This record gives sequence, structure tokens and C-alpha cells, in this order.
Amino acid sequence: MAEVIVVTSGKGGVGKTTSTAALGAALAQTGQSVVVVDFDVGLRNLDLVMGAERRVVYDLINVANGEVRLQQALIRDKRIETLYLLAASQTRDKDALSEDGVRRCIGELQGKFDWVICDSPAGIERGATLAMRYADLAVVVTNPEVSSVRDSDRIIGLLDSKTMKAAKGERMEKLLLLTRYDKVRAGRGDMLNIDDVLEILSIPLLGIIPESEEVLRASNIGAPVTIANPQSAAARAYADAARRLNGESVPMTVPSNRQTLLNRLFGRRAA
Amino acid sequence: MKLFRLLTARRSAPLARERLQILLTHERGTTGSSGLIAMLREDILRVIAKHVEVAPEKVEVRVEHGDEVAVLAIDVEIPEAAARAATPRRGGWAA
Repeated sequence: MAEVIVVTSGKGGVGKTTSTAALGAALAQTGQSVVVVDFDVGLRNLDLVMGAERRVVYDLINVANGEVRLQQALIRDKRIETLYLLAASQTRDKDALSEDGVRRCIGELQGKFDWVICDSPAGIERGATLAMRYADLAVVVTNPEVSSVRDSDRIIGLLDSKTMKAAKGERMEKLLLLTRYDKVRAGRGDMLNIDDVLEILSIPLLGIIPESEEVLRASNIGAPVTIANPQSAAARAYADAARRLNGESVPMTVPSNRQTLLNRLFGRRAA
Repeated sequence: MKLFRLLTARRSAPLARERLQILLTHERGTTGSSGLIAMLREDILRVIAKHVEVAPEKVEVRVEHGDEVAVLAIDVEIPEAAARAATPRRGGWAA
């Protein structure tokens, strides 16, 4: 039975899709079977970040509405054979998704995979609440910035009230993934630091992803950053977070970009 | 120049932290997970508004958890004029 994870944030542009792809790929690289599901109906992008945009024929809506079989809609990754994508529909809107359809679809995915990772749309409306509805665990993606922290706080409230777990009176597990973190600026007092965000949101930390040029480069080429450049600081941070999801105890560090003296002198960053 | 900036720059993160803490304490009260407080607040506001003009932000509803009991605390700040009108005059007509 798969663990169902929702990657959520409230605010847009903080790194939900990047994190879904990177964590999904990192978990699949350990040999476990993983499906990443795009819930952003009408504004799908997980397919693009995964480099599968030209292979989408059927999508989540088709499966949820029983129009096609799950097998027909699943897209297998060309690099990691245990990694699959279920894309969102680009032409329909979020009302095309029914709660019952989502429940059936998630149920079927749970039977086939070790991990089901749902990429939530931004916002707090129907799309976001459906993405979190059947999750066992939430990864709350937050930037060290006031509006992102505020929206994450709001999402944590929704996770405690709108999920099936909450409805059944169970505790919804929530983990913080702090993305776009800049150790130098936080050290200078120009950016909220890890302790600030943890104290305000008071949920356990899953990982700290440093701001990295490699994230944009990875999306440019259509590969999760953990595949595009596994040695980059961001990829190592995602790999650590994936190991923690897997139950391993990994010391919490902020991987940094390795800088050689020569690179420093020429003002260039090494991977 | 850079040194000058370093020396004079005020750190912005502590301010961000403080603003968030104040804001979220308030927001958690009004959009709390159970929704109960938000609903109570709406209803209380409506009842009071029938008789006295009151600004929405002057109505505070919260649950205070004690050792054995929880107390529903309602604070409503009303305009001084309304308060005077609401207080019964002592002495009655004879005064």
C-alpha cells in the first residue's frame, strides 16, 4: 500500500512542481515505484518539468471520470524505469474533477505503487483541497519570505481540517520543505532563517533546499534536478529529503555549491 | 562603499519574523482549523451589529485552555457613546 504525499504551499511559484519531480525521482532512484500526479488542472506543468510534455495522451481527469483505464494514462519515465507520471488535463477546468473520481483514482494508484506524490495547485480552492484530501502526509513547500510563510500557515490549517485524515479525527502529518534558502543572506540577517520559519510554522523539517541555478537549468532541459545534476547542492538536498521520507535518519545540513578558489576569483559558480 | 553599506544596513529578517508572528496569531484566531471560532465570531458580530455599530476588528473571540476547563473569551470593544446609552441611569426619572 502506497504512502500518499501531497506537495502543497498555498502560494504559487515557491517550488511545488520542482520539489514533486525531484523527490519523486530521488525516491524512484532507490528502486521503489513512484507515481507523480499533477493536480493543477488547466495549468499543468509537471509534464514539462519531467520532460514528458509530448507524451501526454490521457490525464487525471480521464482516469477519475472513468473514461480510460489507469494504464492508458500513466507515462513511464525514460530515465528511471520505476518512475511514472499522471498528467493533469490542460483543456478542462478544476470543476471537472470530482471528489469521488479522485478517491477512486488515488485508491487504484495506491495498489500499484510504493509512493503516490500529488503536486497541488496553488491557492486554497477546490483543486488544492482535492489534492490534499486523500493524502497520508503533506510536504509544505515554503520560501523564507513573509508571504510564503503566511500562506503556508493557512495551508497547515486546511490540512488539519479538510483532509480525510482530519475528518476521521486522525493527526495529519505535515513536514516543512524550505526551498530557495540562501545561507549567506540568512546569516547576515537579511532573510528569515531556518529557526525563524520553524518556530512560526511549528511543523517538523523535512529538508532545506538551497537557492540554486541548477533548478532552472533542470527545468530548461526537462529533467528533475536530482536526475539533471545529482551532484548539485539542490539535488543533494532533495536526495537527503527523499531519504528522510524513506525513514532514514540523515543529518540536517544545507548543502552548498562547491566553490574552488579559481571559480571564486572569476566570479563563477561551480555546480 | 560596500563597507559603508554593511555598517549602516538594518537587518530586515527580525522585522519579517516579528510581523509574521503578530499577523499569524491574529489570523489563526479568525481562520482557525475548526472554523468554530470564525463562525462564532461572525454570529456574535451580527447580533451586536443589530443594536450597536461595531467595527469587525474590535470583536475578538478566542478559546483559552486552562488545566481542567476551556474558556470561550469574547472581547467586544464598543464606542463610548453606545456604552453610555447602554448603561442604565441610576436614580430614574426622579433625579
